[in-house]
Amino acid sequence: MLNYIWFGMLAIGFAVAIMNGRIEEVTKAAIESSGTAVQLSIGLLGIMCMWSGLMGIAEKSGLVKRLARLVRPLLGFLFPGIPKDHPALGAVVMNLAANFLGMGNAATPLGIKAMGELQKLNSNKDTCTDAMSMFLVLNTSSIQLIPATIIALRSAGGSSNPTEVIVTIWIASVCATITGVTAAKILSFWGAERRRKRKWKY
Amino acid sequence: MEVLKLLSAYAIPAVFLVILSAGIINDVKVYDVFVEGAKEGISTVARIIPSLVGLLVAVGVFRASGALDLIIYAVRPAAELLGIPSEALPLAFLRPISGSASLALVSDIIKTYGPDSFTGRLASTMMGSTETIFYTLAVYFGAVGIKNIRYTLAAALIADCAGVLASVWICTALFGSYVK
Repeated sequence: MLNYIWFGMLAIGFAVAIMNGRIEEVTKAAIESSGTAVQLSIGLLGIMCMWSGLMGIAEKSGLVKRLARLVRPLLGFLFPGIPKDHPALGAVVMNLAANFLGMGNAATPLGIKAMGELQKLNSNKDTCTDAMSMFLVLNTSSIQLIPATIIALRSAGGSSNPTEVIVTIWIASVCATITGVTAAKILSFWGAERRRKRKWKY
Repeated sequence: MEVLKLLSAYAIPAVFLVILSAGIINDVKVYDVFVEGAKEGISTVARIIPSLVGLLVAVGVFRASGALDLIIYAVRPAAELLGIPSEALPLAFLRPISGSASLALVSDIIKTYGPDSFTGRLASTMMGSTETIFYTLAVYFGAVGIKNIRYTLAAALIADCAGVLASVWICTALFGSYVK
């Protein structure tokens, strides 16, 4: 899947560039983007180390497990594959909370930590689990309590009421989250059905 | 509003204090464990770099080629039917693939049409309620070495579409419809 998307983006990009006569721009973009990727990663390095270290303490002290137990009744139905008392759920919640509070810098390291915990539960290490898909859908559609960047952008643009979009953002986010969770549940059910049928045939 | 701002400001110091206190109470050698954990951060970033290079190069080429303009041209009639103004349409397509480019686009829309115009409010809402899906998937899956992502991208894109449509719907309901 990823292979085809990646190939598609590049093939379409180069084909359109040839038609548009934008070969030089495209070449420049390819080279510059690879530099940007490394810059982004290096920029992430410090904050990643900080949160990884802090999460290490949280784990050793049993805090993550306790958090997992606490949110189990709430999030259990979204992640039926995570066993009781596993720290994965705790890490997932910490990432979702960081997203919710708009702690953008903390969210990524915590999310990767959560993916690492989910990977420990995965029997097929290069294929993602239902729990991982659900986690990423929640993560990419999550609500932000205060969309600070947009408010800043709006007040810089001279808005008479920069914060008026908070409510519309909340409502649109909730719609996205509910749709995403439903889609993930249905798609995972479909996949399971298909696998079961295939097993029956052979 | 003030309470919300305060909550955001205190979030990180509070997390620090809670985790460190829990560590000390449970006899964890906090500094040693921190340093040990921080080491993991380095290898994580090293694992992310290749997938991020792959993604950003593809996005960069795709954007610079002008392919996005073609797609937008093709779907414009359908978008008009759904009530998406053509000024905000590029944002709907740019948002899942590039966070920085879509932020630049929003600030451009705000400058051109004004933050309190329908287009300005819609763009703000769309920006705030959706995420850079491709980046998140590349980083998170890259970090743990997942190659087969199954239906994750499909589900995330469905959520993204729902976010865009919901933005149009709620902005029309609250701020009045889009008039040319």
